Amino acid sequence: MKRFFHSELEAFRSTLVLMGERAIEIVRLATQALIEGRIELCEEALQQDDAIDQLELRIDNEGLRYISLRAPVATELRLVAIGMKAGQNLERVGDEACTIAKRTRELLSEIPPRSLHHIPRMAELTIEMLRDAIGCLVDEDSEKARLLPNRDNEVDALHRENYRQLSAILAREPENVASHLHLIFISKSLERIADHATNLAEEAIFLYRGEDLRHAPEIKAASSGTLKQSPPPL
Amino acid sequence: MNLTTSIAEPEVLVRSSPLIEVCGLTFGYGDGRILDDISLAMEAEGVTAFIGPSGCGKSTLLRCLNRMNDLIDGAQLHAGTVRIGGRDIYQRGVDVISLRQRVGMIFQRSNPFPRSIYENIAFGLRLQGFRTKSALDERVERSLQRVALWDEVKDRLFARGTDLSLGQQQRLCIARAVAVEPEVLLMDEPCSALDPVATARIEELIHQLKNDFKIVIVTHNMQQAARVSDRTAFFYQGRLIEYNDTEQIFINPADPQTEAYVSGRFG
Repeated sequence: MKRFFHSELEAFRSTLVLMGERAIEIVRLATQALIEGRIELCEEALQQDDAIDQLELRIDNEGLRYISLRAPVATELRLVAIGMKAGQNLERVGDEACTIAKRTRELLSEIPPRSLHHIPRMAELTIEMLRDAIGCLVDEDSEKARLLPNRDNEVDALHRENYRQLSAILAREPENVASHLHLIFISKSLERIADHATNLAEEAIFLYRGEDLRHAPEIKAASSGTLKQSPPPL
Repeated sequence: MNLTTSIAEPEVLVRSSPLIEVCGLTFGYGDGRILDDISLAMEAEGVTAFIGPSGCGKSTLLRCLNRMNDLIDGAQLHAGTVRIGGRDIYQRGVDVISLRQRVGMIFQRSNPFPRSIYENIAFGLRLQGFRTKSALDERVERSLQRVALWDEVKDRLFARGTDLSLGQQQRLCIARAVAVEPEVLLMDEPCSALDPVATARIEELIHQLKNDFKIVIVTHNMQQAARVSDRTAFFYQGRLIEYNDTEQIFINPADPQTEAYVSGRFG
């Protein structure tokens, strides 16, 4: 029996989807700015961040209200709990995208880099992961969600390679340290966005199957082929 | 308690903001004080819930709003006023029969008349002056439609009301009350005798009816109060402790006693 307050849950889910779309868009704008050398896209990306922050507040308020007034259980409770966590993840994605946009703006204002190394490929993979993770939440596809940790490994590997290459260049060309540091941080931000996408996928699995796979052996096994190693110090 | 029995013109409640105003009400039975200096104002729109532990006075206050306490020996208004539509309902000259048509009541235990389903609703309409069969038929059907009971009973309108299930009986009682077009519906724990499915149907009905009537509900079920009400008043030992938007009461209550009660740590 559909109750009169179930429309509030649908509105909550819609807000989450909207926030997901906004997060994908801000990452796309920020990375496109870097790849195509278009500084105006940096500004466009930065303007999106406030809206993402407001959506996080709305999700938290709506979630808290629903828990307090409607006493949800089972799937409804998991949706609200996961939704609030997903909102935090997506807000962090927005912040990381802002970091990319700001550093890109700096880069393009100074001397544009000769090479972006593996950053374009990282951006492509990360945006795909984000899109798929949000899709898992919307489409109730927990099976697709299980595959995301493997793809995160690929992003991690690309970040480590970026770090290795850029560290070597820094050693040879100390006069361009600022430019190469920007690229290292941008690579790191993309790696963090991919981590957030993986978190969203784990949350989708918990939502639709009730399984909490955080720190689960199968997730660790999927990650163990290429451990998340800290890059060596400069 | 003295009752006003003179036949007066039907009371017409003037829509005012707020619709119901209780000012400094102190009320009791015999020498006892059940309600102590209660003041609250209720707007014409939405649902107000009264919550609190047993014996806190919430049902007594509810019955004050249509003078049902007049029927209890020893009931006495010691101080204060109750205004509905701007009119003090305890002043001389108030026609309590007309008042109770305008401020209807649904009780904890459903109490359909020992008559047919049709007559349960037509009875009040005839008192209002409805005479023709067509007018009665139309109003009976509309009332049963409003409570989502029509489809279940349209083929047996002359079966006894007491033959219905408890949930259906309660909806019949609500239909009986809304048939005479009240402005306020008072509900005293309307779901306490019902199973979860029947309770859900009554709650859905409250959600629909609040667009047409002011509803004041007493409930022991805090989750129900949270689900159906827009404003909530918390009472304890005859005093009003906190009165606010339901969202505030359940997310961020101002008073520690309210917080203890809604979080189940009372007592």
